[in-house]
Amino acid sequence: MQKGGPDSEMPRTGASNTSRLTIRIAALALLSAAPVALAANFDLPVKRSDLSDADMKRVADVTRPTTDFSKAEPYEAMQAGAATSIDPVTEDSFSHISANIPFEEEQNFKLGNALFKKLWVSAPSSTQASDGLGPLYNARSCMSCHVNDGRGKPPEGGVSTTSMFLRLARTPKTPDEEKAIADAQTVNFPDPVYGHQMQDLAVPGLAAEGRMKISYTEKPVTLAGGEVVSLRLPSYSVTDLAYGPLDPTTTISPRVAPAMIGLGLIEAIPDADILAHADPDDSDGDGISGKAAIVRDHRTGHIALGRFGWKAQNATVRDQSADAFSNDIGISTPDRPDAHGDCTDAETKCRKMPTGVQKRLGNEEAPGPVLDLVTFYSANLAVPARRRASFADTLRGKQLFYQSGCAFCHVPKFVTRRDTTEKAQSFQLIWPYSDFLLHDMGDGLADGQQVGLASGREWRTPPLWGIGLTRTVSGHSFFLHDGRARNLTEAILWHGGEAEKARNAFSSLPKDDREALIRFLESL
Amino acid sequence: MKLNKNVCAALALAVAPLSAAPALAAAPKAADVVKHYAEVGHAKYEDSLTTAKALDAAIDAFLKAPTDETLKAARDAWIKARVPYQQTEVYRFGNPIVDDWEGKVNAWPLDEGLIDYVDASYGTESDENSLYVANVIANKTIKIDGKDVDASKLTPEFLSGTLAEAGGVEANVATGYHAIEFLLWGQDLNGTGPGAGNRPATDYDLKNCTHGNCDRRAEYLKSASTLLVSDLQEMTDNWAPGGAATKHVEENAQAGLTAILTGMGSLSYGELAGERMKLGLLLHDPEEEHDCFSDNTYNSHLNDAIGIAAAYTGEYTRVDGTKMTGPSLHDLVAAKDKKLDTEVEGKLKTTLDAMHAMAKRGETVEKYDQMIGEGNKEGNATVQAAIDGLVDQTKSIQRVIAALDLGKVELEGSDSLDNPNAVFK
Repeated sequence: MQKGGPDSEMPRTGASNTSRLTIRIAALALLSAAPVALAANFDLPVKRSDLSDADMKRVADVTRPTTDFSKAEPYEAMQAGAATSIDPVTEDSFSHISANIPFEEEQNFKLGNALFKKLWVSAPSSTQASDGLGPLYNARSCMSCHVNDGRGKPPEGGVSTTSMFLRLARTPKTPDEEKAIADAQTVNFPDPVYGHQMQDLAVPGLAAEGRMKISYTEKPVTLAGGEVVSLRLPSYSVTDLAYGPLDPTTTISPRVAPAMIGLGLIEAIPDADILAHADPDDSDGDGISGKAAIVRDHRTGHIALGRFGWKAQNATVRDQSADAFSNDIGISTPDRPDAHGDCTDAETKCRKMPTGVQKRLGNEEAPGPVLDLVTFYSANLAVPARRRASFADTLRGKQLFYQSGCAFCHVPKFVTRRDTTEKAQSFQLIWPYSDFLLHDMGDGLADGQQVGLASGREWRTPPLWGIGLTRTVSGHSFFLHDGRARNLTEAILWHGGEAEKARNAFSSLPKDDREALIRFLESL
Repeated sequence: MKLNKNVCAALALAVAPLSAAPALAAAPKAADVVKHYAEVGHAKYEDSLTTAKALDAAIDAFLKAPTDETLKAARDAWIKARVPYQQTEVYRFGNPIVDDWEGKVNAWPLDEGLIDYVDASYGTESDENSLYVANVIANKTIKIDGKDVDASKLTPEFLSGTLAEAGGVEANVATGYHAIEFLLWGQDLNGTGPGAGNRPATDYDLKNCTHGNCDRRAEYLKSASTLLVSDLQEMTDNWAPGGAATKHVEENAQAGLTAILTGMGSLSYGELAGERMKLGLLLHDPEEEHDCFSDNTYNSHLNDAIGIAAAYTGEYTRVDGTKMTGPSLHDLVAAKDKKLDTEVEGKLKTTLDAMHAMAKRGETVEKYDQMIGEGNKEGNATVQAAIDGLVDQTKSIQRVIAALDLGKVELEGSDSLDNPNAVFK
């Protein structure tokens, strides 16, 4: 991570980096946090190839972090460029199509939306294109978790856990398994019985796998000026296990559904511009590493930069969608073709349940066209325009956000590739406030579960755009990967590890300043 | 997203006041347009209720003496009940109170395998031909969503509470018109060939029972029908003068206009043209149609389109033949921009003509599931023409939104930006 003072140089974007990056990525093997060594030397582009020199300079200029907090930056309110939605703020604010998609293409978005909200039913059923649910599942539809295309939440008062589930993974047990992770052939290994995640629902006649149990312990934290904030420390376990015990080395990691906005634009950020922020060995000594997640594209098998998911385990919206279809709903797609979803061989009754595959329609429950449409929909949900971006108190909060060091990882802006397939995503100045890299977030947030190169202490910096509309869209304000934070202040206070300095800077601010910083976040 | 209501995404709550436009003709007040819209809504739900009660009576008669004749009478009553209900669908989008309730009466697709026996061989290449039996009609205790459930009594409360998890996000789809349709017709096992579902009347014959559990099947059917009546009663009450839906839509006349146009646009483009028609055509799934067991889909779609047009013209013909007219969007737009009004009316008519052509083909040539079959060029084209009409009329509906100044909001707090909507290029 390139270091910069609040009023001098800020995290660099752009393409000025050298071949050093290739070496850095190879050097990931030395990371002590990762239990396996990285064998291969993965090459990713370190210089943008989609721009002329003149445009390269324009991009470097426009993405350079601001030092002027006296007024809003040009284009700042339109935080997703021409794709930004300027529709009125309502609970549907995350559900609009990117504003620059032409009317003719809107039909695919609407078809994708129909599939996104479709309640899949158990097989066999008359609606051949809509059956195949499960047999084990967490949700019947995409929208069950991504309600209003927004952020999920932990279960409250014992109600359904939909929109949050437990990811399962055991440690690698053989040198071959270690090598598979190091080569990015797989991100980790499923529990031998329960698979990749705990499904708490099942089709009629089949036992669900088990249930997530959460208990919280309150832990007071005192901030500058004496304000006491209580953080709730969660503890997770599983009950009602229907198929025997978990493997002793299986770890459980809770995950809430993320908001769906701006995903295609995130995919369109050039690898080189993300890698420009990476500093896996912390060679600049600022205490912040920033590690690229190296994964494989599901279809091509090629090395790619992970940028989606809490641990950046997927490189594309399509890959993320196919994983969700398979693990969350139990629907097979061309990229994840097992019609029994996350049923393992040990779950024999589950594997004998009927599937929703109709050969006539394709070899999968959700054939190619269905996955294409859901991907298109997921990639083109608009990011809403900023509110109050130019107000004095917002700008004050913005300055404090930078001065506290938040912007080192929550990198403000990028310019997307010019050569995107979807024209609407091309060459947009976007403000996601993320570096899309992995960071050690300390003991407090550690889930102990390795996902590819991400250790059990590392998480991807989540984008912040839209975060201020969480309550409006989702009716709650639970944040972080498991929704433990009940508001933005708690979310900041949970930051540890590489973010500890920024967190301490925040907690040392006078109350007024802390509130201004929160108001800035609420304007995103 | 939660709902398919974002075709008129520009709309929703914060709307600008209607600008003082020079009146070309005597324009009705926005409040009167919204009031008439609510009155028509009330009439439509009342008609849906009346026909659902007739269906309930026909089901009583059928269950008392299950014969081919009484079964046919019940099926005919179901087809009749669909007419006014489908015409209400334009009220669903833009009126949250309807949208939140709608899943109870019209959810699709249906969890057939949860309700009753289904044919495991259907549509698959499996050579097993056994009936798949993990369903509540056959089982007094059953694992549902992985939990043991006592299904000994198939009461309306059980169906709407336990089975459907009323109010939960993870509702099982086991009640409403389509559950009744499934129980009256059974699965349509004909693929894209001719023929609807062919459930025998003896599935309800306690003395000569086919497919087992006739008593429980009858109990389920009666409970589903009872629920449909009570759910429609609730929505009829909501649209009565002073009812919750009426109050909500009439609260702010401009927001009320927005609700009307949102309903028209969302049902046209996203829901009907997209989800219900184009998707089935694209996937060539014969049962990816709304009324698949009864082969009544073309009528459902036609009545949706009639409802959309009625939301604009303010005209509705009740089940008893009474004609309703009153202040409408048509009057409002005509007073402001005659040309635009002509355009909208023309496009609504083009869609209706295409829908009628599709319905006629459904009556005389082939059913909807056959029309969308792979390689059926003429059938596909008939459906596509209706889709094209719906998409095209959406564009004009969007122009109405702009003409009535119900559009986008100014960027808040952008006062210090010279050009707040500018983007980097």
